[in-house]
Amino acid sequence: MSMSTYALTDSWTMTRRELAHWARQPVQVVVNLVFPVMLLLMFGYLIGGGRGVQGSYIDYVVPGMLALTMAFGLEGTMIAVTQDLNKGVVDRFRSMPMANGAVLVGRSVADMLQSALALFVLMGVGYALGWRADGGPGAFLGAVGLLLFFRFAMLWIGIHLALVAGKPEMVQAVQILVWPIGFLSNALALPETMPGWLGTVVEWNPMSHTATAVRHLFGGTGTEHVAAAIVWPSVLLAVFFPLAVRRFARLSR
Amino acid sequence: MADTAITVEKARKKYGGTADRYALDGLDLTVARGTVHAVLGPNGAGKTTLVRILSTLLRPDSGRVEVAGHDVVRQAYDVRLRIGLLGQHAALDEELGGHQNLEMFGRLYHLGARHARVRAAELLERFGLADTGRKPVKQYSGGMRRRLDLAASLITDPEVLFLDEPTTGLDPRGRAEVWSAVRSLVGGGTTVLLTTQYLEEADQLADRISVVDAGRVIADGTADELKALTGGDRIDVVLRDAGHLGAAVALLPVPKDDVRVDPDRRLLSAPVTDRMAALSGVVRALEEAGIEAEDVALRRPTLDEVFLHLTGDDRRVKEPA
Ligand SMILES: Nc1ncnc2c1ncn2[C@@H]1O[C@H](COP(=O)(O)OP(=O)(O)O)[C@@H](O)[C@H]1O
Ligand SMILES: [Mg+2]
Repeated sequence: MSMSTYALTDSWTMTRRELAHWARQPVQVVVNLVFPVMLLLMFGYLIGGGRGVQGSYIDYVVPGMLALTMAFGLEGTMIAVTQDLNKGVVDRFRSMPMANGAVLVGRSVADMLQSALALFVLMGVGYALGWRADGGPGAFLGAVGLLLFFRFAMLWIGIHLALVAGKPEMVQAVQILVWPIGFLSNALALPETMPGWLGTVVEWNPMSHTATAVRHLFGGTGTEHVAAAIVWPSVLLAVFFPLAVRRFARLSR
Repeated sequence: MADTAITVEKARKKYGGTADRYALDGLDLTVARGTVHAVLGPNGAGKTTLVRILSTLLRPDSGRVEVAGHDVVRQAYDVRLRIGLLGQHAALDEELGGHQNLEMFGRLYHLGARHARVRAAELLERFGLADTGRKPVKQYSGGMRRRLDLAASLITDPEVLFLDEPTTGLDPRGRAEVWSAVRSLVGGGTTVLLTTQYLEEADQLADRISVVDAGRVIADGTADELKALTGGDRIDVVLRDAGHLGAAVALLPVPKDDVRVDPDRRLLSAPVTDRMAALSGVVRALEEAGIEAEDVALRRPTLDEVFLHLTGDDRRVKEPA
């Protein structure tokens, strides 16, 4: 068998490892799902009505919250990779004739599955709160695809940051940063209602493009911002994917 | 080449940034195929650094390092095919069970799913872990963890096996288990490089011993050769009354200068050649002189004493006042 065949089987083995962790800790999986649901309930139900939003706030906030959940995934990935790297088992992996990077692929697949699950649950809760996707099945799938693509970019930023920072203390620093990046977007409120400079930051935030594009797709109101929601994550991936892979190959040398 | 499993020539390694000295400082080492080689040294000598370089986890800054005929930097993959590693700290997935761990590693060694399962069960049985295969490793005792880690390093019957302080932190039973596992491997033709802080352990297991300090090999040889270097076995006498230390020194069958006295512990220590004769001679002489002893014992020299002789650097034992 060639190395590339091994790359596939090894990646699958590492994915199975992550799934086995889920099976061992189902509570953890549920906790990870409860957090975005709580946010959605808080913003969509308790606080109600974002600033400057015309029409149904729930139709505005559910796509925003989906995008926000994808952004917060960065933090989850970073924590998981940091914890993994500080475990001895990575030494064993690296001393074995396995495909370089299968560890990272396993992480990616597991995180993407977790995020897809979170999207599914959030949309269910959104539906219960009165949110409806009226754009048709094609636009619906497109929206989900854009959200997961954005998550995929966040994933590799998370992996890269974990490899660069490498210490559990640094995770906290990133956690503090992720919040403003998440909330300095149009996920919850329109940038037009914010002070000028803040509105500019918000409009430039890659997450805002994804949130807006997804709103339009779900609402059946066109494909505005879809291009930007494809370009931005692509750019982030083009930068962080190779950086992370290189960093991993050079680990502790 | 065929007779040599490990070659290290002038290996140097400095950890980036803050380190002010080399962790390996031109280390040379040759290990013959099918032998057990012990690397003996105190904390910080560079043992783990050496093992991590040999097992491709760390790159040397310079020097040539070959394992099983392959260069650890340029042919890391070929080296990884042929080695097993038991690191100083457990390299296991703590969340998963013992069987899950071994099966996963088996798959990553590309045994195939079925073979990986069979091999996992086999190894659990062999290391007495069959009943605990489903429990997550984080609930294992230290000894169980070490045995599982050892099992993981043996999945493919490696040509060369690295054991970094395999018995540190284990109780006597765990230590005996690891020793017997190592002995059983040697019959199979595996080359073993193990590190330890105990001369006793090196003596029990190894064909040859390299003593390392500050990243260099400072002595090399069989256990007997090293013991001869350090004056062989020793006799320790603990007296009831420290006041008799001076008188007791004269009773020992060696020149006065070779006897070391530790007044705090009321201890005399001297090298001996004929173990049994020395033991009975000292006991009789003390009795005749009416000096009461709490303990009289023969023992191997300790690492401290090896160091004392090799480096002249007296770390613990006090000279007579
Ligand atoms: N990751 C590291 N970063 C910086 N210095 C290190 C690191 N690991 C080991 N050292 C230093 O290198 C030297 C050798 O360490 P090590 O190989 O662990 O010795 P041993 O295993 O014999 O106790 C020590 O001085 C230690 O402090
Ligand atoms: Mg060590």
